[in-house]
Amino acid sequence: MKQVPQKDAPLKLNESGTWIREDVSYEVNEPDAYALEEALRQREKHKGEVVVITSGPARAQQVLREALAKGADRAIHLEDDKFVGLDAFNTAKAIAAAIKDEQFDLIFTGLQSDDYGYAQTGVILAELLGWPHATIIMQIEKTDSGIRVKRELEAGYFQFVDMPTPAVLTIQSGINKLRYATLIGIKQAKNKPLRKVGLAEVQSAIGGNLQKIEKLYVPQKTKKTEHIEGAPGEIAKKLVDKLRNELRVL
Amino acid sequence: MADTILVVVEQREGKLNRVSMETITAGQAIAAATGWTLEAAVVGVAAASIASEIATKKLAKVYAIESPKLEPYTPDAFATGLKQFLGTRQPKLVLMPHTYQVRDFVPKLATSMGRCVISDCIGFKNEGGKLVFTRQMFQGKLAADVSFTSDAPWFATFQNGAFRGDKAEAGASAAPVETVSVDIADGVVRNKPQEVFKEAKQAVDLTQAEIIVAVGRGIKEQKNIEIAKQLADALGGDLAASRPICDSGWLPMDRQIGSSGQTVAPKLYLALGISGAIQHIVGMKGSRAIIAVNKDSEAPIFEIADYAVVGNLFDIVPPLIEEVKKAKS
Repeated sequence: MKQVPQKDAPLKLNESGTWIREDVSYEVNEPDAYALEEALRQREKHKGEVVVITSGPARAQQVLREALAKGADRAIHLEDDKFVGLDAFNTAKAIAAAIKDEQFDLIFTGLQSDDYGYAQTGVILAELLGWPHATIIMQIEKTDSGIRVKRELEAGYFQFVDMPTPAVLTIQSGINKLRYATLIGIKQAKNKPLRKVGLAEVQSAIGGNLQKIEKLYVPQKTKKTEHIEGAPGEIAKKLVDKLRNELRVL
Repeated sequence: MADTILVVVEQREGKLNRVSMETITAGQAIAAATGWTLEAAVVGVAAASIASEIATKKLAKVYAIESPKLEPYTPDAFATGLKQFLGTRQPKLVLMPHTYQVRDFVPKLATSMGRCVISDCIGFKNEGGKLVFTRQMFQGKLAADVSFTSDAPWFATFQNGAFRGDKAEAGASAAPVETVSVDIADGVVRNKPQEVFKEAKQAVDLTQAEIIVAVGRGIKEQKNIEIAKQLADALGGDLAASRPICDSGWLPMDRQIGSSGQTVAPKLYLALGISGAIQHIVGMKGSRAIIAVNKDSEAPIFEIADYAVVGNLFDIVPPLIEEVKKAKS
């Protein structure tokens, strides 16, 4: 799971213009919330344990606390400010190193993040672990030989895929309905194990980034936008004028 | 030997996915900016016929990469087959469209070669010999210029609509086509895909709609959809939505606009409370006119809107319905 800036948070660039300033409000990356929910539902059906993992600064612990409150059993936090700047390749390497002694059957990730939006970390992790993967998943069922998943394709098409486990699945938003943390869940979360993994512990597994953000900036508008302003009634009149005289749809 | 750019086009069930033409246009532009050679490749069992289709474009060469194991599509077979092919040809830059299929296998392919992908790009720049790729970040609120710091091959994927497919230059004569067989051992392919299917029947075809009123998260509650419906009715248009609305079950999935829903190009697209995430915008940016109403003045939807109304949709829509009704009567 990943912590990302809140959807409507105003973003400010840092001094070097390579990243945003840290002083914004954060939230759970939305597809990751669906991935957690799916893990909890699978555990309710098949027993077992749900472990949540994130990489990021101390603030990212909030994501793990919320997940534990919703019902995850334990958490792993790759904690260091530097994890924010890793590319997808090295983030996956760090995660792979942090879980090398674990025996997971399934790893779920959200299909992409709302900040970078690379849509790669889950697939890279699968390749590093030597596991099969499937992306943009809308349904998961256990079968005799492994799992059957429903992949979303483009333009309203779908496909079922049979695959062995262990496997990595990237989860599409909307696969399930999210639950809220209960009061008792929030209380219990405080006593659940949270393992911190520092940068030093995974340093030997990661290398230099393979890609670099040279410059982050507010995109230049390519379209001329006309702002319609005034009281609501005035705006309505102006829009109808546009609809009739400029767009000719009335 | 000159550096080479390789465009890997996409086929679905023996047909060229048209978005591939956009990637060829992108490849031609990068070739023109760098002086590198441009080649293309098709992967799959029926690759040869598609290879000759794209060989009409201005390309130095087209490869048809074939193996019976490449059908049906699996990430294992595609990554293994392409890795083998790239190992022998050693292109500097590999370009693909940012489709769901490419997203499924290209991070695996690049990782297996110790390389990375700059994904979902919308453009490129040649800055004094250094190639940088532009991509959207933070759901389109910001843009980034990203460069490769690793050795070649470099992988980049382009967002749907980033380049014009119909601008792909034709060649003076057909490019030579070479069929290359790749060897994919038994046991490499672990996933067993079933037939591709469409969920139920698409009851609503929005692709032909002239006026679309679309709602997003800003509508807040299911019962509020009604005012959007009233506006759509007053305008004689269709009601549509962004993905979160359909995920919540407030409107059926067949009214969803965007990469996982329908792609539309109406005369008027009226976006109510839609922030304009990339996945939504790729489905509607071809609209002739876009009016956006959103309370967040920094919402990315305003980047592509012709008319922007920064304000609360619940204040603006009711008088708008009245004005439209008046104008029509």
